[in-house]
Amino acid sequence: MVVSKHIDKDKKGVSVVDAYIKVENLSFSRGDRVIYDNISLTIPRGKVTAVMGPSGTGKTTLLRLIAAQLAPDNGFIWVDGQDVHSLSRSGLYKVREKIGMLFQSGALFSDMTVADNVAFPMEEHTKLSPSEIKRIASEKLHSVGLRGAAQLMPSELSGGMARRVALARAIALDPELVMYDEPFTGQDPISKGVLVKLIRQLNDSTGITSVLVSHDVEESLSIADHVCILAGGRVIAEGSADEIRASNDPQVKQFLNGEPDGPVPFHYPETSSSEVAL
Amino acid sequence: MRNKRTELFVGSFIVLGMLAFVYLAVQVSGLAFTGKKDTYQVVARFDDIGGLTSRAKVAIAGVTIGSVESITFDKELYMGLVTMNIDSNVGNIPTDSSAAILTSGLLGEKYIGISIGAEDDMLENGSEIYDTQSALVLETLISQFLFKSDDEG
Amino acid sequence: MKTIALLGERFLDWLESVGRAGIFLAQSVCRLPVRFKESIRLLVAQLYSVGVLSLVIVVVSGAFIGMVLALQGYSILAKFGSEEAVGQLLALSLLRELAPVVTALLFAGRAGSSLTAEIGLMKATEQLSSYEMMGVDPLRRIIAPRFIAGVICLPLLSLIFSATGIIGGLVVSVSWLGVHDGAFWSLMQQSVYFDTDIMNGFIKVVCFSVVVTWIAVYQGYECVPTSEGIGKATTRTVVLGSLAILALDFVLTAAMFGDF
Repeated sequence: MVVSKHIDKDKKGVSVVDAYIKVENLSFSRGDRVIYDNISLTIPRGKVTAVMGPSGTGKTTLLRLIAAQLAPDNGFIWVDGQDVHSLSRSGLYKVREKIGMLFQSGALFSDMTVADNVAFPMEEHTKLSPSEIKRIASEKLHSVGLRGAAQLMPSELSGGMARRVALARAIALDPELVMYDEPFTGQDPISKGVLVKLIRQLNDSTGITSVLVSHDVEESLSIADHVCILAGGRVIAEGSADEIRASNDPQVKQFLNGEPDGPVPFHYPETSSSEVAL
Repeated sequence: MRNKRTELFVGSFIVLGMLAFVYLAVQVSGLAFTGKKDTYQVVARFDDIGGLTSRAKVAIAGVTIGSVESITFDKELYMGLVTMNIDSNVGNIPTDSSAAILTSGLLGEKYIGISIGAEDDMLENGSEIYDTQSALVLETLISQFLFKSDDEG
Repeated sequence: MKTIALLGERFLDWLESVGRAGIFLAQSVCRLPVRFKESIRLLVAQLYSVGVLSLVIVVVSGAFIGMVLALQGYSILAKFGSEEAVGQLLALSLLRELAPVVTALLFAGRAGSSLTAEIGLMKATEQLSSYEMMGVDPLRRIIAPRFIAGVICLPLLSLIFSATGIIGGLVVSVSWLGVHDGAFWSLMQQSVYFDTDIMNGFIKVVCFSVVVTWIAVYQGYECVPTSEGIGKATTRTVVLGSLAILALDFVLTAAMFGDF
């Protein structure tokens, strides 16, 4: 799957990319509802990729498919050259050790302190001594600016702090890929700014691959090298942030500018609801 | 600190549960932990065992000296064959002693009472008590009483 | 015809969910913990929240049920002049029936519901997914210690229930109603057998503990991860758990004491 070296997207429409993740002809449906209809997309290595789209287009589902927590109906997903859906359970767990994930709610373990939360992945997957683990955990907390909160319980943190702790935990094992599930939702402007800075910084300093799922247009476009916009189960645009901004596609424009009516209708289709009633 | 206290509580909880078990076993069911006592077996045949069950007590002078091991039906003699375990340290029961099925209280349990005989030979493992007295069955008792009063009247 | 088809479909659905629950149980118990010391620590924490925290309600209910039994039993037995048999009544009803069943019902309400709610909330806040993403099996890390703690705690709680019940009954009948305490104990000891009464009651409660904890952790794990879903799952734990206990109690009683 690894094709050639670097992104060359400004010159050609279809970019030749050193892909970390490659999604091919993916279809997924939940019950009768089709979430993905034969989509393909690439996530370049060492870059920040933003996957955007209106709520309910299954952006989180995409992350779960990449991590193989869900199985697709059709199609393939390669992560770092491995088809994750054909791996054995232990092989899959090996791949997941290379992936850090920041969940929408933070998903901190409520029965451990902040420091123990960050230390947990290292305790599980490394043979480091407890003092070593403690040192690294405190280092990671320092990098998100929360070393002072190490002994608090997750319930004592604000939403923004919880997400930063979760970020520290996600990068505890120095992963190759970090996936962010709606990192900006429900955050005040200051927290958003902090998170944007952290995500960018992390990517620049360690060269990890980042995937960001969000519907916050401004924040996402400001940090993303590569952007995918999903709507109606399809990829409607893919390219750099500037390319997306310059797009003439009415659907993309509607999404970026937040127009209430357009190709994505304001009214929920009524036929399907009456079918449900029957 | 918090961890230590949790462990302490859990430890006390488990010990408490085990103490409850021992308490129930010893105090409530009267289970003795002195091991299985040495016993010897004696059999007796009764015309009517009248509600005697296995593990009923066997007593001399009201003191428990053993228990009923099993009750079977003797096909040849058409009698109830009762096997008893008697404590080995009560080894001086004369062979002509008699066994009777008695009731403790008016509605209580059935048990076997042994009345001491006069022989010099003592019962051993596998011996049989020949002199037996069946359980009192209320119906038999009443009919006997009625026939007797008929004769007299 | 349609109803029959629907009924069959329901039955197949039900059978499938039973199968899923069975596989779930097998997977969480059979996957051995990687680090022994860590799993002991997790187990101890669960023994605390499942067992120690249920102790108060079990001790208080045990004492009161014993006392009420003694009062009720005394008033009836006194009519036959055999009030000493109150000890026998107390011990047999507690050991054979009341302690296993009532403790299991209390356990379903106290510990079972909180297990379901806790696991459900972990699911709703993506903690379970988070474990999975870190390559840690949530069945092994979250479910197994809770299940094992439940199976250990409920029998112990039931034993404690019996003991406090008998002590409560003893206090009422001997110190208050004036039953002779020697007769109280000797009649009890004569009629209670270790293997048929204590052990059979114990086997019963071990069966209940497996079923109740299984239902509780499964409902939590499979719940719809919303506040409504967690609420429903918690209710289902208590309702299904209680019904399962009562039904199982009937079957086990028939098997154990049926020939009496």
